[in-house]
Amino acid sequence: MSTSSSGYYLPEPSHWPITGSIGLFSVFAGAAMWLNQVGVGPMVLGFGLAVFIYMLFGWFGTVIRESEGGIFNRQVDVSFRWGMFWFIFSEVMFFAGFFGALFYARVLSVPWLGGAGGELSTHEFLWPAFSPSWPMNVIPKPEDFTVYKEVIPAWGVPAVNTIILLSSGGTVTLAHWALKKNQRRALCWWLFATLTLGFLFVGIQASEYAHAYEELGLTLNSGIYGTTFFMLTGFHGLHVTIGATMLTVIWARALSGHFKPDHHFGFEAVAWYWHFVDVVWLGLFVFVYWL
Amino acid sequence: MSDAVMHGHEHHDHHPTGWKRWLFTTNHKDIGTLYLTLALVMFFVGGAMAMVIRLELMHPGLQYVDPQFFNSMATLHALVMIFGVVMPGTVGFANWLIPMMIGAPDMALPRLNNWSFWILPFAFSLLLLTLFLPGGGPAGGWTLYPPLMLQTGAAMPFVIFAIHFMGASSIMGSINIIATIFNMRAPGMTFMRLPLFVWTWLITSFLLIATIPVLAGAVTMLLTDKYFGTSFFNAAGGGDPVLFQHVFWFFGHPEVYILILPSFGIVSQILPTFSRKPLFGYESMVYATASIAFLSFFVWAHHKFTVGMPLAGELFFMYATMSIAVPTGVKVFNWIATMWRGSLTFETPMLFAIAFVVLFTIGGFSGLMLGITPADFQYHDTYFVVAHFHYVLVTGAVFGMLGGVYYWLPKWTGHMYDETLGKWHFWLSAISVNVLFFPQHFLGLAGMPRRIPDYALQFAEWNFISSIGGFVFGLSQLLFLYIIVKCIRAGAKASDQVWDGAHGLEWTLPSPPPYHSFVSPPMVTDATAHS
Repeated sequence: MSTSSSGYYLPEPSHWPITGSIGLFSVFAGAAMWLNQVGVGPMVLGFGLAVFIYMLFGWFGTVIRESEGGIFNRQVDVSFRWGMFWFIFSEVMFFAGFFGALFYARVLSVPWLGGAGGELSTHEFLWPAFSPSWPMNVIPKPEDFTVYKEVIPAWGVPAVNTIILLSSGGTVTLAHWALKKNQRRALCWWLFATLTLGFLFVGIQASEYAHAYEELGLTLNSGIYGTTFFMLTGFHGLHVTIGATMLTVIWARALSGHFKPDHHFGFEAVAWYWHFVDVVWLGLFVFVYWL
Repeated sequence: MSDAVMHGHEHHDHHPTGWKRWLFTTNHKDIGTLYLTLALVMFFVGGAMAMVIRLELMHPGLQYVDPQFFNSMATLHALVMIFGVVMPGTVGFANWLIPMMIGAPDMALPRLNNWSFWILPFAFSLLLLTLFLPGGGPAGGWTLYPPLMLQTGAAMPFVIFAIHFMGASSIMGSINIIATIFNMRAPGMTFMRLPLFVWTWLITSFLLIATIPVLAGAVTMLLTDKYFGTSFFNAAGGGDPVLFQHVFWFFGHPEVYILILPSFGIVSQILPTFSRKPLFGYESMVYATASIAFLSFFVWAHHKFTVGMPLAGELFFMYATMSIAVPTGVKVFNWIATMWRGSLTFETPMLFAIAFVVLFTIGGFSGLMLGITPADFQYHDTYFVVAHFHYVLVTGAVFGMLGGVYYWLPKWTGHMYDETLGKWHFWLSAISVNVLFFPQHFLGLAGMPRRIPDYALQFAEWNFISSIGGFVFGLSQLLFLYIIVKCIRAGAKASDQVWDGAHGLEWTLPSPPPYHSFVSPPMVTDATAHS
């Protein structure tokens, strides 16, 4: 074997992928059984989640040990970068689908139900009492849905949440600068600040949801407004939770001395992801809450 | 650092054997073999469903299965053939070939590669298990349109989650392929020296990463509409069932190119070899492939011209659809020009490749007919559509893959396949597939709707002929299975070069190639790059 061959990193066979498949299979099968009101559904789901989380610890643990062991060369690093980049791109497209649904409802389907665009007879024959607006003041067939009193205004708590999330984008950058200058204490503190802001955001969103459900009557079942509101902000909230959990992991790693000023892709991957949830939130703030 | 890596290397040559080898493998060839095996198994599963469909349609009237079961056969046949045969099959080719073609030892992310594959058997278990649930399998068609799809029984969440699961596999596989092509090329293997198969997969991967998440979103909306009270597709709440069709086909049209582009790549490898001439217009092939992929994002509504869209939308999607014929025409002309004045020989891979060019073009032309909005009002949801997409998918995508199997099987196994049997397989398939699908054009133009188990008497003759073609085509594929098994077990020793006119790095490796394709990167020059 020539010396140049040592440039390639080829991992050993691994049992983590098949473990993950068993976990996810149980999650999906359990959830599907639960939706079909099969008694063991939640248990199967819980088992699957446990296996999946075990896999995440095991697989990422392996990669972290390899990385800290200095096995990864520049080429592996670049492969990871492309991997994370395209993963985030796939997430962007997932949100694009839901934003597409939001714009379709706002620009096309709701006005059409009110008779716009030559759909007068649709309006006349289906729900003549419906008059379109956004947020909808009435639902076309209100007796089938949870009618809400009002929606959450943009310039209250959501604006505060915007400031919180944008600041966390700033603090994670400060943490990155500290890491590059090898200022470990500053790195750990700024990371801690970032994940605190992240979880604070999730907590505030959860209390807003409770407010919407209990006092405003705004639910998933509140017609297309409630649907798009909760699905978009809900999937975003899920991603913030995942991101904040990832931040917690790299914070713990930073505390135990991981990452070097010139070799810290694990950190950067989380930072990229964090900026991604930040940008999605800006889209949500403008198009779901504000305009 | 190099110590640890070298150690990893040496250790690698003692990889596990038996079932553990396949379950835990991080090797691109093992994983490629797994993908291809899964695709072959699912080819017979989906094929058996097609046989049920053709059996019921052989005569008018209801005779063998009840309509609900017929509908779930039609639905599952499509899902299995698309997600279980063509997609994993072409990923299998990508796994086997891309590292060998670009001069790499393996894929960029080998453990992720294992996971991409080992999701699929679980995902298809979820999907096929629905046949045994109360209410039976999904029966609303593979396009899953609401409100019909929302009437699915216990199968509903299993189908949705199976699609999420398969999508995860596709996204991870695509990420891996892009990372490999961007980052693992040997010195001198510039982008414009990549074999065309590598190019088509690079572009396919991009399409997959851009559209599979949108499909995931669409089916998630179905799930929440059914179980959690949302109104995405419920007009009573301000939503619209047509919204689903938009979101679905935003995925669905690029998906069509996801299925066909890798076969374009395979055919572009085979034709130069057996014409003993370089591929005509390599650069224009690359640009044409990229243009097709780009345009595929702006044509989705041509799948539903009759749903009631504004006139401006109908016209936009018609013209956008027509424009795809330009890059596709470039490709067809380049393939023909590659053969022009070549020293042609007609081994089995070449036969499949030539049949691909002719028959795919027929499917392309019927696609143009369907893309003309006013004409589509007549053809929509008839057997003409069925004939069209089976020409592009069976005689297109599947024939490309069959040709590819014959072309690279000697490299993969180290044995030559039985050429006589291969030719029998080709001629049986090529004739029967036309008997099967060509009459469906006539049926469609005469007004026979798709997705029904029974039909008016005037459609009886062509349906009978189509069914006979279907049974012969199905049986011919058993011969294919026999040829593969025979080639794996024994056969004349294949040389490294295999085909005297073949160019590219994979032919510089032994047949079968070593466990890690290139442990030291080869130096690529114009002379050693693609022909």
